[in-house]
Amino acid sequence: MNETRAPQASSPSRSQWAEIWHQFKMHRGALLGAIIFVLIIGTVFIGPLLWTIDATYIDIRARNQSPGWTHPFGTDQLGRDTLARMMVGGQTSIAVGLTAMLLALSLGSVIGVLAGFFRRLDGPLMRLTDLFLSLPLLPLLLVMVLLFRESLSSIFGPESGIFILIVVAIGITSWMPTARIVRGDVLALKEREFVLAARSIGTTNLGLISRHILPNVLSPIMVSATLGIANAIITESALSFLGLGFPPDFPTWGRLLIDATVYLQDYPERVFWPGLAISLTVLSVNYLGDGLRDALDPRIRGR
Amino acid sequence: MNPKKIFAACALSLAIAPASAMAERGSDGQVNIIYWQAPSIMNPYLSGGTKELEAASLVIEPLARYDQDGNLTPWLAESVPTVANGGVSEDLMSITWKLKSGLLWSDGSPVTSTDVKFSWEYCTAEGGGCSQAEKYLDITDVETPDETTVVVRFAIPKPFPYNPFVGAQAPIIQKAQFENCMGAKAPECTDQNFYPIGTGPFAVTEFRPNDVITLEANDNYRDPSKPAFAKVLFKGGGDANAAARSVLETGEFDYAWNLQLAPDVLASMEAAGKGKVISAFGTSVERIMINFTDIDPALGDERGTIAHPHPFLTDINVRKALSMAIDRVLLTEIGYGPAGIPTCNVLPAPAIYASTANDACLTQDIAGANEILENAGWVKGADGVRAKDGVRLSILYQTSTNAVRQDYQALIKQWWSEIGVETELRNINASVFFGSDPGSPDTFQKFFADVEMYTNNFDGTDPESYMANWQCDQRPRPETQWQGNNMPRYCNDEYDKLSMSMASVGGLEERAAIARQLNDMLMQDYAMLPLTHRGRVAAHSNRLGGVVMNTWDSELWNVADWTRIE
Repeated sequence: MNETRAPQASSPSRSQWAEIWHQFKMHRGALLGAIIFVLIIGTVFIGPLLWTIDATYIDIRARNQSPGWTHPFGTDQLGRDTLARMMVGGQTSIAVGLTAMLLALSLGSVIGVLAGFFRRLDGPLMRLTDLFLSLPLLPLLLVMVLLFRESLSSIFGPESGIFILIVVAIGITSWMPTARIVRGDVLALKEREFVLAARSIGTTNLGLISRHILPNVLSPIMVSATLGIANAIITESALSFLGLGFPPDFPTWGRLLIDATVYLQDYPERVFWPGLAISLTVLSVNYLGDGLRDALDPRIRGR
Repeated sequence: MNPKKIFAACALSLAIAPASAMAERGSDGQVNIIYWQAPSIMNPYLSGGTKELEAASLVIEPLARYDQDGNLTPWLAESVPTVANGGVSEDLMSITWKLKSGLLWSDGSPVTSTDVKFSWEYCTAEGGGCSQAEKYLDITDVETPDETTVVVRFAIPKPFPYNPFVGAQAPIIQKAQFENCMGAKAPECTDQNFYPIGTGPFAVTEFRPNDVITLEANDNYRDPSKPAFAKVLFKGGGDANAAARSVLETGEFDYAWNLQLAPDVLASMEAAGKGKVISAFGTSVERIMINFTDIDPALGDERGTIAHPHPFLTDINVRKALSMAIDRVLLTEIGYGPAGIPTCNVLPAPAIYASTANDACLTQDIAGANEILENAGWVKGADGVRAKDGVRLSILYQTSTNAVRQDYQALIKQWWSEIGVETELRNINASVFFGSDPGSPDTFQKFFADVEMYTNNFDGTDPESYMANWQCDQRPRPETQWQGNNMPRYCNDEYDKLSMSMASVGGLEERAAIARQLNDMLMQDYAMLPLTHRGRVAAHSNRLGGVVMNTWDSELWNVADWTRIE
C-alpha cells in the first residue's frame, strides 16, 4: 500500500528540496540569518577548543581590563576572560534554546494535530491549551525551581539538574501557539479532496496524519520552531537575569548581562557583548524562520 | 601649618560664623532625601524595617540617642541617668529619666511623662504585635511621679537599662493621638500611623505609602533657630544605583541612603563632583556561617537538626583550613573598598569589645591549610577533591542574590578548590532568603546548605543579646518553626554559661572582657568565618552641610542641624 502511494510523495523529491533551497536562497535576509546562526553556533561550540582560557578561572590581577590582545573582549570585575565566558555562556543559552524548542514543538504539534484531527478531542485539548496560555510563566518557574531543584540536582548534579528543569519549564509553557496554529491548519486540510481520497481507499488515521497532514503543516511548524528558539533563549536570559536558574558562577548570556548592568557606565562593552549575542541570535533565527516559511510553502514557492 | 593655611582657615571660619549665627528656622528652603526602599508607615512600633525607622525619626524622638561614636546622648531627657548620678538605682532594678522642661508636641500641647508611659503601654498592649517589643522586656511598671519624671522598674537587675525609650526603635508617641489605637486596633489607625504628632524637627504634611513623604518644619520645635530647612521631600523607591546617581551625578537629591554598590562604581559617580560618599562603621559583619548539622534530604524532618552531626564540618581541621584559605583583604578591597575593613571577629565594634586574638586570619595561607588537611587524613583523590573514609569535601555554599556576594562566592570557590574542597554555589532571592518563612526550604534560618554567607549586626552598643544568639537554645529547629539566630547550630555548654553570666555583670570593663572571650570562643572554634566589617554607606550633596553619619541610630538623627551650603 505504501508502494502505491510512494510515487506521489517522492517522485519530485530531488527537485523539491532543490526548489526549497532555491526559494530559500532568494530570501536574502534568511540566507544571512542562516549564515550568522551557523557562525554563532560554530563559534560557541568549537571556539573553546581554540581559545582555551577557562571561563571560570579568576585572575584577580587582570580584572577590569579593556579589550586587548590577551583578552579580546576584556575581563570582568574578577578578571575572568569575557570571550571565554561568552562562548561557554552561549553553549548553555543555545542548548537551552534548542532543547526547549524541540520539546515545545513536539508537544505543540502532537496536541495540535490530535485536536484538529479528532473532533472529540478538540474541545478538551483546546481548553487545556487556553489553560496553559493563562498560566504566568515566571511565578510558575519560581514554584518549579523551589519544588524540584533539589531532587533534580541530587539525581543529575547541580548543572544538568537545573538544565533539565529550565528546559522542561520553558517547554511546557510555550507549546500553545504551535498547537493552535497546527490545529487550524489541520482542520482545513482534513476537508481537502486529497485527504478524502486517501481516506476512501482505506488509509488509517495514523497513515493520514503522517503521510498527508504532517508534511502539509510543516511550514507553520518550522516557523514556530524558529520563533521558539528565540523565545527560549530570551526566557533563559530573563531567568538568569533574575538570579534564578543556573548556579551564579555558571555563565550564560543572561547571567553575563545582569552581572554587567552595574558597570554599564564604566565598562559598557560588558553589556554590549552578551546583549549583541542574544539579539543577533534571536534576529537571525527569526529571519531564518521567515525564509523557511516562504521556502516550505508550496503556494508561495516559485513565485 | 604654614601662615597661608592659617589665614585660609581664619577666613573660612569668618565666612561660616555669620552664616550660622544668622541661621533661622526654615531659611534654607527644601531638602530632598531619597531612600531607595520606600517607607510604608511612619510608626516604628508597627514595622521592623530600617527605612520606616529612619523616616519616622524625622518626626518622633526618643529620650536619648546614640551619637556617631555610639555614646548615649540625652535627647528629650535632660541627661542620661547612670548609677553615678543617681538616675539608675544601686540594685540596677530601676532607672529614672527626667524630661527637658518646656517640650511641646508639634500640635502645641505639652509633652509629659504620661506620654512616655503611654509609649510603653502602646508597645506592650495585648494583641498589638509590636515590632520593638524586645526593647520593653522585663519592665514591671513605668511610674510618673510628676509631669517630667519617669521611673522605669524592671523585674530583674539590668546592667544595661537603656533599651526602653532609647534609640530610633523606641521613640515617644503622643498619648492623646494614639489612645484609641491600642493592641489589635493599632494597624487600623491609618491617620495616626501616617501622620504621627511628634517632637522632632519636622511634621508630616502628606504621606503617600511606598512613595513620597512631604514634611515641613515643626513650629513648636524646642530650638527656635532649627531646623534650617522649611520642607523635606522624602522620596522612596528605585534602586541603590539610581539613588546614588541622583545625588552624586545629577544633584536632584541631597541625601541618599544605603548605597550597596561596588567601590569603583561609587568612585566614578563621585568623580562627577556633585556630592560626597560617606561611610561609618557600626557592627555589621559579612560572615560565612558553618553548618554543624547534616542536611541530607534523606533525613526528612530531622534534616538540619543537631540529632545528625555534619559528616565533615564537625572536624575543626576542615573548618580551620576553610578559614585559612580565604584572603579577606582582597575580598574586602574588591567588594567594599573603603566601605569595608577585613576582620577576624564577629564582634568588631565598639572598640572596647573588639578582640585582637584572632588577627592571624587576615593573612591567607593556602599551603598551611593544605598541610592541616593532609595531617588530618584528608587525602586528595583523582578529581583533586580531598576525601577521608569515603566522605568527600564537597560544599554547598548559599547566599542571597547580590552582585558583591556573587563575587565573594566566585573568589572563595576558587581558593577552596586550591585546598581540595569542591564548592557548589547557590544564590537565592534576598526576600526569600531573609524571609523567615517556615514553609520555604531556602531561608537562612533553615540553612539547608553546608555554609552560607550574609551580614548581621546588632542595634545600639551593647552586645549582650547579640552574643546570646549562639547559645544552643537559639538554634532554629522544627519546634521553633525554624526561628532563631544560632544558624550554625553551635552548641557549647561553656559558651552558654559564659554568655548567660553576662546578664548579671554590671561593670563595662568586665562586660567587655566577657564579650571578647565569647567572640574568641566562636572564632577559635571556627563556628563562623567573619570576612568583612562593613560600613554603612550614604551619599550627600556638596550643597548639604551638617551631615554626621551615624550607624548606631537613625542616619537622620541630626537632621535638625542640616543646612544648605551655597
